[in-house]
Amino acid sequence: MNQPDQDDNDAPGRVPSNHDRDGQDLTGGETWTLRLYVAGQTPKSLSAFANLQALCEKHLAGRYRIEVIDLLEQPQLAQGDQILAIPTVVRRLPLPIRKIIGDLSDVERALVGLDLRPSPAEKRD
Amino acid sequence: MSSRRDPLPKAPTGILGFDEITEGGLPRGRPTLICGSAGCGKTLFAMEFLVRGATQFEEPGVFIAFEETAEELTQNVASLGFDLDELVAREQLALDFVAIERNELEETGDFDLSGLFIRLGYAIDSIGAKRVVLDTLEAVFAGLPNPVILRAELRRLLRWLKDKGVTAIVTGERGDGQLTRQGLEEYVSDCVITLDHQQREQTWTRRLRVVKYRGSSHGTNDYPFLIDAQGLSVTPITSLGLDHTVSNERISTGITRLDAMLGDAGYFRGSSILVSGTAGTGKSSLAGHFASAACARGERVLYFAFEESPSQIQRNLSAIGLDLAHWVDQGLLQFHATRPSFSGLEMHLSLIHRAVQQFEPSAVILDPLNSFVSGNNTLEVKAMLTRLIDFLKTRQITALFTSLTTGGESLERTDSAISSLIDSWLLLMAVNTGGERNRTLSVLKSRGMAHSNQTREFLITNDGIELREVYLGPDGVLTGSARAVWESAEESERLARRQEIERRQHELERRRAVLDAQITALRQEFEAQEAETMAMIERERERETQRQQDRASVASLRRAGPAQRSPEANNP
Repeated sequence: MNQPDQDDNDAPGRVPSNHDRDGQDLTGGETWTLRLYVAGQTPKSLSAFANLQALCEKHLAGRYRIEVIDLLEQPQLAQGDQILAIPTVVRRLPLPIRKIIGDLSDVERALVGLDLRPSPAEKRD
Repeated sequence: MSSRRDPLPKAPTGILGFDEITEGGLPRGRPTLICGSAGCGKTLFAMEFLVRGATQFEEPGVFIAFEETAEELTQNVASLGFDLDELVAREQLALDFVAIERNELEETGDFDLSGLFIRLGYAIDSIGAKRVVLDTLEAVFAGLPNPVILRAELRRLLRWLKDKGVTAIVTGERGDGQLTRQGLEEYVSDCVITLDHQQREQTWTRRLRVVKYRGSSHGTNDYPFLIDAQGLSVTPITSLGLDHTVSNERISTGITRLDAMLGDAGYFRGSSILVSGTAGTGKSSLAGHFASAACARGERVLYFAFEESPSQIQRNLSAIGLDLAHWVDQGLLQFHATRPSFSGLEMHLSLIHRAVQQFEPSAVILDPLNSFVSGNNTLEVKAMLTRLIDFLKTRQITALFTSLTTGGESLERTDSAISSLIDSWLLLMAVNTGGERNRTLSVLKSRGMAHSNQTREFLITNDGIELREVYLGPDGVLTGSARAVWESAEESERLARRQEIERRQHELERRRAVLDAQITALRQEFEAQEAETMAMIERERERETQRQQDRASVASLRRAGPAQRSPEANNP
C-alpha cells in the first residue's frame, strides 16, 4: 500500500498519468462536475463554496462546473448521493464518483480527496 | 415517585410483555437506547416497535438503517409476518438506508451532520411520523472521521429528536466495559434497554433488561424474550408479585381415593401440585387421571410433555383405561411435546406462556419438570418455576408438575429447590419387599386442607389407578403379595378366633344343658319325695279319721255317753 511507485495496484479511483505536464493542468481535457451540498447559508457552507471555487480556479480553470444544492430547499436530494455530513462535495465527473466532507479549509486533503494532487513520486520528476 | 404525581407519557410498543415491564412502553417523545451484541435482536425489536406503532397505534414511523438496505430489511422481517412494502405503500412507514463507506470520504475541514438531520426530518415530515428508529447509530462513528465533531453532533441529534417530539429508538453495539462501543448511553439519558444472548448449559437464551428508565418505575430483572413467527415476546412474570387471588374451589384428582386423602375434595383450583417419584412409579398415570377428570368436567387442559411423544403418552394411558385421544379430538386437551434441550429455560417459559395465552386452559401439566435441571442450574429452574407458577396462579390455572427423582437420594432433598413453591406434594415411592417392587403414595404436604397422613399402596390396573390400605408388618410397610400374605394370615387368624369362640359357646351351652338336666332331676326327685310325703300325711290323716269313726261307732254300740268316752279312749 505504501509503495507509490507501483501504479498497477494503486487505488482504482486514481486517474492515470495524464497530469504531469506543468503541475497545473493535472487532468485531460475533461470537464469536471462537482456538486456541493449545503444546508442553508451558514458560514460553513459559504466558506466551503469559496474554498471549492478557489481550488477549482487554481487547478481546473475553465474546465469545471459547480452545482450547489441546498438541502433545506431540496431535502429529497440527500438520499440520492447518500449525504450525511454537511458540507459534502461530490465529484460526479470524471468517474468514479468521489466524496469529500468538510469546508475544504484543508486544501491538501481536499486535493487528495478529489484526486487532484499529484503523488509525491510524480512531483519529483 | 414523581411518576405517580405526574405520569410520564408513554408510547406502547405493542411487544408482548414489554409494555408490562415498563408500565406502558417507551417514554413518549424521547429517545431510548437499545444496546446489545450482534444478533441479539436489536433491529427486530426496533422494527416491531415501528410496525406495531403503525398498525396498532396509528403512529407512523421512520426507520433509518445504517447497516442494511431497505430491501434486506424488508426480507429479514418478512419472517415475522411484517410486510414492510405494504406499510411503505400506505405511508405508515418510511425506510431510509444511509450508506457510509469510509474510504470514499476525506475530511477536509469542519463539518456537521446536517445532511442526516435533513434526511430524517424529510422522512418524518413526509409521513407525519411519530416514531423513529436509528439502527445502528454507531455506524456513523465507524464511517465518518473526527469523533469530536460526531459526539457533538450526536448530542445535537438526540436533542433535535426530542424537540421534534418523536419517540425514538437508537440502537448501539455492546462495547467492552460499557454498554455501547461509543458510549451512546451518555447521550441517551431517558431510557436504556440492553438485550443479551447468553449460553447456559448448551442452550442460548435471549434476555432483556431495562437498565434505566428516568421518571418511571420499571422491572429490573433480566427478562427472557423470544423471537418467533409472531415477533418478540418478553416474559415479565416476576413483575406480577404475590397478590393473586386464591380460589376455594376444589377439583378432583381423578382418583376418588386420592380425593379422600386430600380432605375429601381434591386439589384447590389454581394451586400447584408436584408429583415426585422415582422412575416407573406412575407419575404420568396420575397426571393422566387428573387431565382426564378435568376434561370430563369440560375444562381445557394443556399437557407439556418433555420426554415422551403425545401419541406414546396416549397409548400408555389407554392401557390403564384412560382414553385421552377423544379429549384431544374434542379440543379439550392439547399436547405440546418438546425436548428440554431444544431451547433454553427461558425459551421454554416463553413457549409455555404463549401456549397458555392461546389455549386458555384451566389446568396445565408439565411432565416431567426436572428434565430441565441439568448441572447446577437448579436456581434458575426455581426462578423459572416461580415465574411460571405466579403466572398460572394469577390466571387460576391449576398446575401439575411431575418430577423424577433418582434413587439413592433423599426425595425431600432432591426436590427441595422447588418444593417451597408447591401447594400439594404427592410422593410416589417404590418399596422393595419380598422380592417385589410395589408402589406407594403419600401426601407429603397439602396447603390449606386436612390431608391424610397415611401411606397408600398405589396400584396401576387396567381400569386405572387404585389406592389400597397398606399394612404395617414387623419389617415395615407391607405391600404387594406381602400385603396379600399378611391379609390372608390375618384372615385365618380371625377365623381361628371365631371358631374358638364358637367352641366355647357350644361348651357353655352344653354345660347349661347339663346343669338344667341336673336341676330337673333334683326337682323331680324332690317332687317325688314331696309327693310321697304328702301321700303319707294324707294316708295318716285318713287313717285317723277312720279311727275316730270306728271309735264313735264302738261307743254308740256300748251306748256310752260322750263323757265316758275319754277314759275309754285311753283304754283301747
